[in-house]
Amino acid sequence: MMGQATPLAAYLLVAALLFSIGLAGALTRRNAILVLIGIELMLNAANLNLIAFWRYGPHPELLTGMMFAIFSIAVAAAEAAVGLGLVISIHRHAHTTDLDAMNRMRG
Amino acid sequence: MSFVFYAIAALTVAGGLAAVLLKNTVHCALALTVAFAGLALMFLELDAQFAGFAQILVYIGAVAILVVFAILLTRNAETPKDGVYSRNWLAGLVIAAGVFAVLGWAVLQSVRVLPHETTTPTVTVLDIGNALMGRYVLPLEIVALLLTAALIGAVIVAMHEKERAK
Repeated sequence: MMGQATPLAAYLLVAALLFSIGLAGALTRRNAILVLIGIELMLNAANLNLIAFWRYGPHPELLTGMMFAIFSIAVAAAEAAVGLGLVISIHRHAHTTDLDAMNRMRG
Repeated sequence: MSFVFYAIAALTVAGGLAAVLLKNTVHCALALTVAFAGLALMFLELDAQFAGFAQILVYIGAVAILVVFAILLTRNAETPKDGVYSRNWLAGLVIAAGVFAVLGWAVLQSVRVLPHETTTPTVTVLDIGNALMGRYVLPLEIVALLLTAALIGAVIVAMHEKERAK
């Protein structure tokens, strides 16, 4: 079936699969670091979509999708730094990174 | 679709699955690195050389190392005894499967109208630099500010507890 379809559809399907895997990881794991890993996978799947649409879209020379992906990579790096800093801070405070054990907001 | 695409897609999806499913947290981080490498290869396959190498530098070079540091700093290297999955893992799995069903359905429904340019875009790093310094200079400055704020914020958040103990 992929034979006559555009290659773009195959890339979009891979991105959708990767996004769902990341979502499943973020929703089912109890370790906060693994939830962050799931979120990173979801961000990367979105980047793959942007690059694929840039490559097969009508005006690749305008670089729109490429720029979007590059800025998205930079924002994801900032997100990872802050997220892991928060995890380390919570671990120092509560001596666990188990999200099921973190069920109150006061320290 | 070429054999190379299927190989890279299989590698990426297998890396992603392993990153989510493995029990040992360090193994998860290493599998995540494999998934990032597969995605970088996929960017190169899509003729986005700059994005591919930025992916390798930022994700494999920085984010994966950061994740491993966080795992080791929080003493998460050993597998916990009471299971690695959350109490309501079934609901999460159902939601993820539903999201994949909707996304896959949307892609398959729109196969016929998706654009398919056959010309390979010739984009050099010079073009990207010109675009970043011209049309996209304001977003670039904002990203620079965001990265500075995020790094300062991460340091402050991570050192907060020690400050209070003094």
